[in-house]
Amino acid sequence: MSNEVKEALFSAKNMQSLTNPFSRNNPVIVQILGICSALAVTVQLKPSVVMALSVTVVTGLSNLILSLLRKGIPDRIRIIVQLVVIAALVILVDQVLKAFVYDVSKQLSVYVGLIITNCIVMGRVEAFALSNKPWPSLLDGIGNGLGYGVILVIIGFVRELFGSGTLWGVRIIPESFYEAGYANNGLMLFPPMALILVGIIIWVHRSKNTDLQEKE
Amino acid sequence: METLNLFIKSIFVDNMVFAFFFGMCSYIAVSKKVKTANGLGLAVIFVLAATVPINFLINKYILSPGALTWISDSFAGVDLSFLSYILFIAVIAAFVQLVEMVVEKFAPALYNQLGIFLPLIAVNCAIMGASLFMQQNNYPNAGVATVYGLGSGIGWWLAIVIMAAIREKVSYSHVPKALKGPGIAFIITGLLGMSFMIFSGIQL
Repeated sequence: MSNEVKEALFSAKNMQSLTNPFSRNNPVIVQILGICSALAVTVQLKPSVVMALSVTVVTGLSNLILSLLRKGIPDRIRIIVQLVVIAALVILVDQVLKAFVYDVSKQLSVYVGLIITNCIVMGRVEAFALSNKPWPSLLDGIGNGLGYGVILVIIGFVRELFGSGTLWGVRIIPESFYEAGYANNGLMLFPPMALILVGIIIWVHRSKNTDLQEKE
Repeated sequence: METLNLFIKSIFVDNMVFAFFFGMCSYIAVSKKVKTANGLGLAVIFVLAATVPINFLINKYILSPGALTWISDSFAGVDLSFLSYILFIAVIAAFVQLVEMVVEKFAPALYNQLGIFLPLIAVNCAIMGASLFMQQNNYPNAGVATVYGLGSGIGWWLAIVIMAAIREKVSYSHVPKALKGPGIAFIITGLLGMSFMIFSGIQL
């Protein structure tokens, strides 16, 4: 046990729980968690980034808090305790968003509230925080939140660029293109295209990481 | 007539899965077999039809601005709507727990079919999402809210059963290796979503 206490704050193992979720163990495309919000808020880049940051804050803090509480929570009622902690954190995030970025908060509408039922948060608490120390849990939460954020930003980037020709609200595709007959891909703005994009990202990712492919 | 419109609209036009991506996690994870998909779908219908009206009453009589006037006029300025997330999720989690216990006690056969899915439902975003939309849409009374919950549930059930039926067939075909499993499931859902977009043209 004494070895664990002496373990450095940024030891290789701890760094792994921070970096693994970016690709090898990405919450969205490998664990297939938290899809609902990943798809619904990605019509534009800005809400995607805000959502990614909010989820990172919630996963990080909920992992930290529940890891601190883990020895005091009776097993039978743990789901309710987890939900209460997560819901309280989400309320905080929601109030902060309403205060500082009101327009984005309006755009995200119910999806901020749905961070509570975002399976990434619950999943990481159940799988990691309840059986690990606070510091690695915090890193794991932040890592997973950012891993989720990477996918959100990729999808948001593609959908805004091809769907409306802008990025972060700034026009990227020049007027001369439109005059030459280029048209925005309206389908990118509709929900189904987000699903297909996730499918394609999974395809590319698993072609590179063959060990993740499903066996017969 | 309006209520009937809302019912049809919440099944087809505003389908939980295809229009709002609600409950995607369990939708992808549990849609491998029609039988299990059907079980989870029915459980979702039931929980949605019950929790939406409960949360409607909570919202109307406790949470919305000035809702507490039925206790005393001095509460007219109280706005508790920031508490809605925590109360809604508590109602949902408690209800799911309750249903699980009741079903286990009185209908063991049904419990064996549904039982394993019930705990999953507490964190299915479709349930929470429907309650939040109900709050946003300001339905006039609990009856309408029930109809909305029921319709959304049936829409979700329909989506997952269609998906499971397709995936049973897809498992026999030659999908590119890297696309097997979740990859192809997402693309199929996207295509299904496009076909559900035809309903959005219906004027109700």
